[in-house]
Amino acid sequence: MQEALLEVKNLVTSFRTADGTLQAVKDVSFEVKKGETLCIVGESGCGKSITSLSVIGLLPQNGSIESGEVLLEGKPIQDLSHEEMRRLRGNRISMIFQEPMTALNPVLTIGYQLREPLLLHRNVSKKEATVKAIELLKQVGIPYPEKRLKQYPHELSGGMRQRVMIAIALACHPGLLIADEPTTALDVTIQAQILDLINDLKEELGMGVLMITHDMGVVAEVADRVMVMYAGKKVEEGTVEEVFGNPKHPYTKGLLNSVPNIDDPEFELEAIPGSMPGLNEEISGCRFHPRCQFAMDKCKVLDPPEFIDRNGHTAKCWLHEDEEVKADESNGTVTATV
Amino acid sequence: MKAMEQSPPPSESKVLLELNGVRKYFPIKGGVLKRVQGNVKAVESISLKVFEGESLGVVGESGCGKSTLGRTILGLEELTDGKIIFNDQEIQDLKKKEKKKFVKEMQMIFQDPYASLNPRQRVGHALDEVFRMHTKLPADERRMAVVDLLKEVGLKEESYDRYPHEFSGGQRQRIGIARAIALNPQFIICDEAVSALDVSVQAQVLKLLKTLQRKYNLSYLFISHDLGVVQYFCDRVLVMYLGNAVEMGTVKDIFKHPLHPYTQALLSAIPRPSVHGRKERIRLTGDMPNPADPPSGCPFHTRCPIAQDVCVTDKPAWVEHRENHFAACHFA
Repeated sequence: MQEALLEVKNLVTSFRTADGTLQAVKDVSFEVKKGETLCIVGESGCGKSITSLSVIGLLPQNGSIESGEVLLEGKPIQDLSHEEMRRLRGNRISMIFQEPMTALNPVLTIGYQLREPLLLHRNVSKKEATVKAIELLKQVGIPYPEKRLKQYPHELSGGMRQRVMIAIALACHPGLLIADEPTTALDVTIQAQILDLINDLKEELGMGVLMITHDMGVVAEVADRVMVMYAGKKVEEGTVEEVFGNPKHPYTKGLLNSVPNIDDPEFELEAIPGSMPGLNEEISGCRFHPRCQFAMDKCKVLDPPEFIDRNGHTAKCWLHEDEEVKADESNGTVTATV
Repeated sequence: MKAMEQSPPPSESKVLLELNGVRKYFPIKGGVLKRVQGNVKAVESISLKVFEGESLGVVGESGCGKSTLGRTILGLEELTDGKIIFNDQEIQDLKKKEKKKFVKEMQMIFQDPYASLNPRQRVGHALDEVFRMHTKLPADERRMAVVDLLKEVGLKEESYDRYPHEFSGGQRQRIGIARAIALNPQFIICDEAVSALDVSVQAQVLKLLKTLQRKYNLSYLFISHDLGVVQYFCDRVLVMYLGNAVEMGTVKDIFKHPLHPYTQALLSAIPRPSVHGRKERIRLTGDMPNPADPPSGCPFHTRCPIAQDVCVTDKPAWVEHRENHFAACHFA
């Protein structure tokens, strides 16, 4: 087994809003190993982006980690000061965002933005940083890198901008790369290029990748392991083969059945009825039960614990009661919600 | 309820809409005198037919002109050249007044339903407006008609007095659909109608559109960048690249036996939601060229894996290679 690079334990993230404190992430635990890609899948509002922002310490002003631990290579980072966090970000953890135009600074050249992390974290001269920047642009497959350094973000196409973002993120060889919907804003042919690039670089540099996406196709393409989230909670986790071959949670099955399959024209779409509940909606028992076709009486009152099978494939669903309850969650969570 | 079995093969049904060499150029003005310096060729000579009760998908990457094509058909953009024939009548040169009766027959569903609803107007009133504009029904009958509409698209009667912000994305798109079907049109253009929705909700809306199609014998022009959705929803597909039609055929032909290298690359680039048989992709390098300065010859030759010298000089003709399967490529 590879050692864990990132461990998140019982993370709870909440927001102060006009309607009181709302929990966006409810007791989520997972880990990312070196050289591994973990995909967090879910629909908008399920808390997947907030989970990643909690890890990198970029929550909006009104959000905070209420409880839980975030461990990077065994050391807790959730309580670090702003200054200490800043030394980690861009250095040991990097992030790629969905919209490269809003993530890049429009009034600074590509070269300036590429050199910045190197000058900040690596203590190199400007000349050395420029050489490194050209190397980075070559690495992410941008033609004429010397020319690009003097250009501004608006002069590049969407795919190019996302490559620049990746180059900036990789500048200091981070151990962990967080990618929040990195290809959602791009066309399929460009998306394929970017996914290949992330995969190649991951192998080359031995990074851990935490990828956030709503696209099941992207997941199948890049993930080693998959974690499915629904309404702030983790509902299923397993290897990509397990989750796609043998989905356990009705929500995961529903997600897989709502995506048309290109290779199988006979495939019949099955929509999940209803829509994602809001953060302030109180739902007793399992958060998914109002939309679940297998809901039993038990589901309406008792929140299921995490059941785990022999392959380490977990699901938070009473349908898998015959399996073992995952060790560290067997106490507390079940009784608390009765 | 499979896409391909729903409507009879195209040759047997009636042609509802025909496009003949439709072009749309946007002039680029510049300099001190704001003279026209060139044109963005958004839609370049497109000819096609839409049959009654079928869904024609239009796919392509962003900037390929698929939305402009839809808007031009409806008259939201002024046509540069070509003919639009709807129900055997040319409609491109009609005056505004004469056009009104065709407006009833052609409707559009937009991508962002929130942006297309007035945030200060109750949903019922927004829908009521359609009837006030186009019918002479008295107020109480109009209200009944609106309530019927809301029910038709799966919303509750209470929605009448609600504001758009009170609805979720999927529900808002249902309101958009209600508005589009209010006057019993024959033809609806769906411009990325489900792209902004989450997958579980997307499937619900697609099912609603299909149910309505069967009930009212509607024809759809379904514009989308999502080939999976198009394959599920449509009967025939038009593939566009840089304003040009590159391939058109039945869903089965396009997805099983694509002729044009661009279609092949597009299909192979889609991430498949299955872990069995991750396939080697056809890698396209580079980006789409600038439509203001399109490449010579075949518009795709700059990125095409099989391009030859002839592709740089000669523009390939639009040829019917098999029955109802057209492609524009020298090597198809």
